[in-house]
Amino acid sequence: MLHTFVVYVEDKPGVLTRVASLFRRLNININSLTVGRSERAGLSRITLVCEASAEAGHRIRASLFKLENVVDVDDISQAPAVTRELALIKVAASPQTRAQIFDLVEVFRARIVDLTSESLMIEMTGVESKIEGLIEVLREDEGRILEICRSGKMTMRRGHHVSSVVKAMTVTPAGSADESAEAREKNVAGEAD
Amino acid sequence: MATNGNSQSSTAHLTTPTPLTGAEILWATLAGEGVTDVFGYPGGAILPVYDALRKFPIRHILVRHEQGAAHMADGYARASGRVGVAMATSGPGATNLVTGIATAMLDSIPMVCVTGNVPTRVLGTDAFQEVDITGVTLPITKHNFLVTRTEDVAATLRHAFQIARSGRPGPVLVDITKDAQQGSANFNFEAAKPRPYRPHPMLRVEDSGLDQAAELIRNAKRPVILAGHGVMESGAMEQVRTLAERAQIPVALTLLGLGGFPASHPLNLGMMGMHGEAWVNDAIQEADLLIACGMRFDDRVTGTPATYALKAKKIHIEVDPAEINKNVKVDVALVGDLAEVLEQLLPRIAGRDGAAWLKAIEASKGAVAVHDIKNLPDMGHLYAAHVMHDLWRMTGGDAVVVTDVGQHQMWEAQYFRHERPRTLITSGGLGTMGFALPAAIGAKIACPEKEVWVVAGDGGFQMTAAELATIVQEKIKINIALINNGYLGMVRQWQEFFYERNYEATPLVCPDFVKLAGAHGIAARAVHKRAEVAEAVAAARSAAGPYLIDFQVEKEDAVYPMIPAGSALHEMIRRPGKRVKDPLEETADE
Ligand SMILES: Cc1ncc(C[n+]2csc(CCOP(=O)(O)OP(=O)(O)O)c2C)c(N)n1
Ligand SMILES: [Mg+2]
Repeated sequence: MLHTFVVYVEDKPGVLTRVASLFRRLNININSLTVGRSERAGLSRITLVCEASAEAGHRIRASLFKLENVVDVDDISQAPAVTRELALIKVAASPQTRAQIFDLVEVFRARIVDLTSESLMIEMTGVESKIEGLIEVLREDEGRILEICRSGKMTMRRGHHVSSVVKAMTVTPAGSADESAEAREKNVAGEAD
Repeated sequence: MATNGNSQSSTAHLTTPTPLTGAEILWATLAGEGVTDVFGYPGGAILPVYDALRKFPIRHILVRHEQGAAHMADGYARASGRVGVAMATSGPGATNLVTGIATAMLDSIPMVCVTGNVPTRVLGTDAFQEVDITGVTLPITKHNFLVTRTEDVAATLRHAFQIARSGRPGPVLVDITKDAQQGSANFNFEAAKPRPYRPHPMLRVEDSGLDQAAELIRNAKRPVILAGHGVMESGAMEQVRTLAERAQIPVALTLLGLGGFPASHPLNLGMMGMHGEAWVNDAIQEADLLIACGMRFDDRVTGTPATYALKAKKIHIEVDPAEINKNVKVDVALVGDLAEVLEQLLPRIAGRDGAAWLKAIEASKGAVAVHDIKNLPDMGHLYAAHVMHDLWRMTGGDAVVVTDVGQHQMWEAQYFRHERPRTLITSGGLGTMGFALPAAIGAKIACPEKEVWVVAGDGGFQMTAAELATIVQEKIKINIALINNGYLGMVRQWQEFFYERNYEATPLVCPDFVKLAGAHGIAARAVHKRAEVAEAVAAARSAAGPYLIDFQVEKEDAVYPMIPAGSALHEMIRRPGKRVKDPLEETADE
């Protein structure tokens, strides 16, 4: 089954290697991995999705906790949660063929974030299946997709659930209210390693 | 863990008014952590540290190979419960530690390894003798650190000690760049104290679990306690004994559990697993309840998990949550420090009548004892089992025995009866040949008042025999019982059983070990007959210095019983009844 873990780790060199190495060691393939800053300074948040037997969940979580730099681990494989992925897709499009893509983007509630005479870039956020859907439609025209960049999944539990461990830590929240959009974007693409 | 800390010496509150170099901070921090002995080998990247050593009251034992340093630190820790410390230079020095670190990791031994590395500015450039040792050791350490700033030396080392000795112990490596050793910084031991240790968040001992465990114990007809290394690590000998005695439950031990429950105790069944006695494994297979205490159901003790103890409910008391349901599914998991969990469990345990089950087990021993090699005449041969039996009798079981890996290791486990914890030191998880001699040096330095014996095979002994020079240089009184069968015996045994006696690459040409010892100035003698064993052991024990006995034992003897890898516990190979070549069996069958 697919397991989804939210892992809070110390934002230090080498930490991502330790997490990844654990999965390598357990011979488990990581399907998706997203790392970025969290609500706490000095803590990164990892969303990790992997395929493993149902019983493996306990051992993975217990083993993650054994890593010195891991602060909290939440197994949200079964929990109600919101999951999103971000995709940037560059497609070939001339001024003549653009209109069709604009329509598609409209239907999928994506947006155009860059435009040149030969190509344009689509940004799309959503669940995996929606992104797959857009890609599939774009692929109908062979050679149209030039590049795809996908963030991997980000997941957050629904409801008023927060990490009690992180909450208990007496450190100030990262960033401030007037954080720029650019900085927020960096949160998604940031690296713990 | 309470029993696992180094006693903090008076330097613990040391704070210097003037800055120290990183090298000095390192020694001051080690001293503060209670370290009195360090096993190491110098080189360019750690020279500043060696240069500063003379200012500190710490003994440095110069090894002959860094693998030896790691095994010595490991043996030191196993013998004493204190954290062992090994030190090496960058590159080849660091990589030579690797086998020793993995050995400690697999057996959960608290150890801190300090390595020097090239200066920070050339890190990652393939500089001379640069190896990414934190990368190399990542999967075989409990944790490791790279220190590039002098200011971080003290806090990192203190954190390393905390990690090494807490929870499920393990080795920690601290890699310190040369510039961090040479730079200077203020030193304040107290300020470098790590945050309080955070126990694993998944430790869980609930009343409901304890009640359930107590009820299972109350209702069991055929219970067995499985005692492992955790008994020692947790210091739970008393609690295990109380549980066994009060509820009249027999105790089976893993290899690393030997000594955790007295061998002479009427409830002691002996060693379980691949070379455990038949009645032990049969009792486990017949049991309706297993109470696993600080053991991890290793494949060497379970055989095929699919056929393991199918009739038994299982209670697992274990400090590492990642071990729960890993190899064997359990019914009740009590995840916490063994001694503490048993303290909570014991008030729920009442007296029980275990007589019928104990009698049944006793009856199953009957026929086996007759075939036990220990009860058979030697007919002019020298059997390793007899050597172990005699060594045990002569030392009164008081000695610390440090074994290597192979047949001799199993014979030791079978025939040397361990009464007390930390009297058997052996590489169980990794099975590292070459472990015994260096680990024994570490054990002797940790416990100078104890009688220490190496029991090694002719193969493994040659892997680290260079440390003979170390015991001479450091004036270390240990005795060495070499079980010399001219073969990589355990591998030869597998070839005999499973590869049609194709003895490929297992016959060994060995040096004259008596002369080898002599070349080091170590007294030695060879023994060919059982009649000579006692005298040789007595000579070794009374000698002022180290002593080596080359026991030239039967060449093609095998360890029995044996559960072939991948078989069920009750499918064991017994000493064959009709090998005409074997004079023992002729007598036994009469
Ligand atoms: C470093 C290492 N290499 C290889 C092995 C595989 N191995 C296990 S037992 C053994 C034979 C040991 O021979 P010896 O030291 O003579 O002991 P004996 O079995 O004869 O008592 C070997 C090669 C090992 N355990 N460790
Ligand atoms: Mg041998």
